[in-house]
Amino acid sequence: MDTASLLQYLVSGLTVGSTYGLTALGFTIIFNTTGIINFAQGEFVMLGGMLAVILGQALGLPLVPAVLGAVALTTLAGGLVERLAIRPARGASPIQLVIVTIGVSILIRGLVMLLWGKDTFALPHFSGMRPILFAGAAMLPQSLWVLAVTLTLLAALRAFFTATIHGKAMLACSHDPGAAALVGVNVRRMVLASFMLSALVGAVGGVILAPLTMTAYDVGILLGLKGFAACILGGLGNPFGAAAGGLILGVLEAFGAGLVSSAYKDAITFIILLALLFARPTGLFGARSADRV
Amino acid sequence: MLTLRNIDIHHGRIHAVKRASLHVRPGEIVALIGGNGAGKTSTLTTISGLHRPSGGEILLDGRDITRAAPDAIVRLGLSHVPEGRKVFKPMRVEDNLNLGAYHRWRRRERARIAEDLDAVYAMFPVLLSRRAQAAGTLSGGEQQMLAIGRALMARPRMLLLDEPSMGLAPQVSREIFRHVRELRERFGLTVLVVEQNARLALRAADRGYVLETGRIILQGPSEELLENRDVQRAYLGRDLDAG
Ligand SMILES: Nc1ncnc2c1ncn2[C@@H]1O[C@H](COP(=O)(O)OP(=O)(O)OP(=O)(O)O)[C@@H](O)[C@H]1O
Ligand SMILES: [Mg+2]
Repeated sequence: MDTASLLQYLVSGLTVGSTYGLTALGFTIIFNTTGIINFAQGEFVMLGGMLAVILGQALGLPLVPAVLGAVALTTLAGGLVERLAIRPARGASPIQLVIVTIGVSILIRGLVMLLWGKDTFALPHFSGMRPILFAGAAMLPQSLWVLAVTLTLLAALRAFFTATIHGKAMLACSHDPGAAALVGVNVRRMVLASFMLSALVGAVGGVILAPLTMTAYDVGILLGLKGFAACILGGLGNPFGAAAGGLILGVLEAFGAGLVSSAYKDAITFIILLALLFARPTGLFGARSADRV
Repeated sequence: MLTLRNIDIHHGRIHAVKRASLHVRPGEIVALIGGNGAGKTSTLTTISGLHRPSGGEILLDGRDITRAAPDAIVRLGLSHVPEGRKVFKPMRVEDNLNLGAYHRWRRRERARIAEDLDAVYAMFPVLLSRRAQAAGTLSGGEQQMLAIGRALMARPRMLLLDEPSMGLAPQVSREIFRHVRELRERFGLTVLVVEQNARLALRAADRGYVLETGRIILQGPSEELLENRDVQRAYLGRDLDAG
């Protein structure tokens, strides 16, 4: 095995892992404000990619407005999910709400299939397809886009949660919603904001990956599962653990596919996850959860 | 300043508070005492909007707040220091305090919020020395000070305190109650304090109410309640050591 192909696996692993990481981050944002695992998170990723394709093909929008429009529409969809499915179920237990999100994911997938069929679509690459060569490995410009956008989004979210009062208020809702309400935080509005923010993060992940992997109405199922796995891997509730979990998962998958067989790519993910859960039930970066009593 | 008229509170089937009426005048410190499960916490969470009463009305400065949301009530100048402190444990002490000022967090207000932060640190110097620590690492007494400081950051005119002495050593409890008197002197605050430690609360308060299984059975000036035979037998006998 030469270094060039190892490098190649690393690049493709980090690229796919970025999307897993962004999906995982979406799970984390909602979990942290509400205690709900939102199983419609994968559908937000799918909507990002699909809506960009549709805005481009059906409306003839150029790439940039199509991509931005897809992210905006998905963010709105996230808000609608909260308003129409989560808020009316107020008083339900987190487990019941998780089941509501599974229903929502089936509904979204079904609607997209009814409207645009079961075809697979491709989104144009953002800056062409001429590979960048380095150290014997080739990298598509789109991979650079994926990595750069992911890192930027991570940095922005980190700044939001650690340096702004609204980010801190969102975290406060996760630690104690009652106490957050008593300092004047409108907890319901924060829950709405968390759904919109995680839909936005998911859509960005979907839209930057779509040129590389193609997209269809049902890509959200597997992406959602992988993102959830990444969340658990990084320690549920820890945003940067979630992103790191996604990258690690993507890289392991790429190496597994390259060195063992691509037929076992998805199985590898879940075997690693199970092994980890036996060894470290709180996840790789879950040590912090000890002080969240 | 605050008036409760015939308030009924239910938790599912449990009728926790039955037609309770009480009032607090501006500048007063009023104690609401009662044993375990008497309905003290239910009364406070209902005043601050976390829980809806099933009957009756609540007025703040003559304005009906019976069905107002908690964040609206904070904005009207009523802050609630909840039972068990409820500080945001993984967050830094200073973040906890700043979150107290969440509802007035606007650029124009920044300077005044910074002044208020200094005032809280002046009152509780221990918080200043621990400002960068996670709130969960503080002792019980320090967490109580943090919870009070967080409520002060909202610039309230009135404070609700739910069992500030809970789980604290007698000496620390007395210190907390000295601070309660200080709140009125320094900030002109009106206070409604709920306690199981009746002696401590009545000594700090001007007037008191006694709540027993959801009903207000007695009320009057603190000295009278402290002298009252029934109160002595039911609520003062067992915490002689704490006095
Ligand atoms: N969320 C709830 N769900 C069901 N029952 C409740 C709830 N909160 C309180 N209760 C019941 O209502 C009654 C009054 O409780 P409350 O907490 O108001 O009493 P308290 O005087 O604050 O007691 P303590 O001194 O133990 O804090 C109790 O019987 C309690 O079991
Ligand atoms: Mg109580």
